[in-house]
Amino acid sequence: MKNKNFNLVIIGVGGQGQITLLKVLAQAALIEGYDVKTSELHGLSQRGGSVEVHIRFGKEIFSPLVNQAGADLILALEFQEALRSLYYVAPKTKILINKYFLPIPGEPLISPNEILSQLKKFTSKIEIVEAAEICKKELAKEVFAGVYLLSFASNNNLIPLKPQSILKAIKKIIPEKYLELNLKTFDLAKG
Amino acid sequence: MEILLNKPGQKIILLGNEAIVRGALESGVNFVSTYPGTPASEIGNIFYKISKKAGVYFEFSTNEKVAMEAAAGASFSNLRSLAAMKNFGLNVASDFLLTLMYSGIRGGMVVFVADDPSCWSSAQSEQSTRLYSQMAHCPMLEPSTPQECKDFVKFAFELSEKFKIPIIIRTTTRASHQSAPVILGKIMKREKKAKFIKEPHQFSTMPPRVLEMKKELLEKIRKIQELSEQSKLNRGWASVNSKIGVITSGAPFLYVMEALKELNLKLPVLKLGFVYPLPEKKIKNFIKNLKKVLIVEELEPYLEREIKILAKDVNPKLEVIGKEKGPVEGGRIWRERKNILPEIGELKPEYVISAVAKLVGKRPRINFNEHLEKFEKLKIPPRPPILCTNPVCQYWSIIKAIKKVVDPQKVIFGGEIGCYMLFRHKVINLQDYLYCMGSANGIAHGISKATGGKQKVITFVGDSSFFHAGIPALINTIFNKSNPLIVILDNQTTAMTGHQPHPGVGKKPEEDGIEPIKIEEIVKACGVKNVKVIDQVASLKEFEVTLKEFLEKDETSVIVARHICALLEKAKLGKS
Repeated sequence: MKNKNFNLVIIGVGGQGQITLLKVLAQAALIEGYDVKTSELHGLSQRGGSVEVHIRFGKEIFSPLVNQAGADLILALEFQEALRSLYYVAPKTKILINKYFLPIPGEPLISPNEILSQLKKFTSKIEIVEAAEICKKELAKEVFAGVYLLSFASNNNLIPLKPQSILKAIKKIIPEKYLELNLKTFDLAKG
Repeated sequence: MEILLNKPGQKIILLGNEAIVRGALESGVNFVSTYPGTPASEIGNIFYKISKKAGVYFEFSTNEKVAMEAAAGASFSNLRSLAAMKNFGLNVASDFLLTLMYSGIRGGMVVFVADDPSCWSSAQSEQSTRLYSQMAHCPMLEPSTPQECKDFVKFAFELSEKFKIPIIIRTTTRASHQSAPVILGKIMKREKKAKFIKEPHQFSTMPPRVLEMKKELLEKIRKIQELSEQSKLNRGWASVNSKIGVITSGAPFLYVMEALKELNLKLPVLKLGFVYPLPEKKIKNFIKNLKKVLIVEELEPYLEREIKILAKDVNPKLEVIGKEKGPVEGGRIWRERKNILPEIGELKPEYVISAVAKLVGKRPRINFNEHLEKFEKLKIPPRPPILCTNPVCQYWSIIKAIKKVVDPQKVIFGGEIGCYMLFRHKVINLQDYLYCMGSANGIAHGISKATGGKQKVITFVGDSSFFHAGIPALINTIFNKSNPLIVILDNQTTAMTGHQPHPGVGKKPEEDGIEPIKIEEIVKACGVKNVKVIDQVASLKEFEVTLKEFLEKDETSVIVARHICALLEKAKLGKS
């Protein structure tokens, strides 16, 4: 990681909390002394449509956007949306997927097998996590799946940021009333 | 609130738009006005939250023209003011701006405008605000990063006050919605007694005086151009012996630097912070010994055209490479990739890497075209935005009622700007035309007159949109007698841009305690006889019956469908 930049794309459906995840990651990168840039989208694009946000950190960052085929890691908060992230995927890219489906209005659901076979054309480094299921069971809130994925990624060395830095960032970014649930979610993914 | 942290030298992460706010606070801004519009919305949202604490006057004005006029009034009274808006907002305000440039101002006045290449949050067009700078003779600065957003605002206030002229700060989505570490400066408190001193000679535009004012304006621009030649806002990176250079500005500058790093190249780069007036001598000096210059810019080839003109004087053989030549290409994803750069859609780092690589005859590490071809084969179904389903948007009731009562083949549906423009979604399909705020009824009237009232038009107008620009067109349907059925979608907020208040909801007692201005009262005062206010969620049946009844009317009729935005309703329930 010393001279390399880290490129992450978070993809999902508007309303899944992408911007909060981005803020936490950016803060954690700052805590570790990295230069960092993010790019997010607001407004129209947030209303239940596909939303992708980017974060890059390292020694010196210019572009807030990850290059085509330039991602180190993809966090897919919805299964079908993982397909759209392939624009950023190269053989080196890892894809971490939340096992969660939100139907596309007016379209048939794409089967997990179909999605996986397409993803495998781009990379073999795919991991599916039952984040939504676990969050629903343990916290009765599927929307925390993003924080779960983040914790999973940092605890499994998929993101070069220490879990302590991310925890510190969560404490700084997340409003008081949601903090406890977020910290609990972060702990859940440790095991 | 970290944005109010008064610790100069401290580094915090700010969004571009947050940095604009911070820059204004560090400039001692006294007066801020806006109409919400993404990608500029956060400016107003933040000031709405902090204005009391920061000691700044803030308002959501009824539209962008009013916002700019209010900011000018504050400036005439010797305060520092900021008016913020998205690109289309400047269209609304332009009538005023072009004249304001002639008279000039008193206290420093900055106008912030955000463009949206690729139309991420814009229905209407991929407008380039840069072209306004030439038409209005308005100096325009373009930051690339959040740090520059903050620093350029501070510079703009100084410049504005020195030359008594408004300054536009123009960003694009990737500058406004880019976050990065920013080094804070000191927050300035500027206690100044506001007073308007009469000077009709300066603020009344009448011929022939107005032509003298034009002279004063053009002379200011000449002086500012001299200043821009020396300004650090225009930065150059030299490279010995290279006959190929790059000129760029704004967010695309970041892709240029990324490309040079990726390709391990050192090329001379000129980054322009002033996009109007351009530092012509500096540009001429930069291009005079080059063989080729690549212009990296988003939207219209503005710099490209200007630089072609400048090259005629100093280097007529210079090859100016941008996007003006070749077939028209581009989109949200640039699929064709035959040209050097696309003319449509925002730039992405890989486009600039490829463009620079082509220019110097290098191959990028990644074969982007091959990768794109593989990606395009996937045929992923698009997931466009749609009305909320969890919680259930109150507009679904309206859609249900219309589909039940109205034959969509016999009726034309006119839309406007707000969440309800999502009526175009293929699963809803209730939108035959969509332009800008205020236009649904203007157009409906024309259709009604043209077809002799035979083709009925149902228009959808948002509550905030109604106050913004809806009233003149409504009056026109009465004065010139046509027969649209107007459904005013009153969700008690400006929802799409992040739930800003508007005149129809009034102000809380702790603000100014302003009573809501009732839409139905305005509608009646405009001369509409058929008016009903219905909560379409609570009284769906009544809504259907009224729709049926009003469809038969041979004159304008209005249903005010009043039910609070489902997201707000949920948030309110959560609080209690």
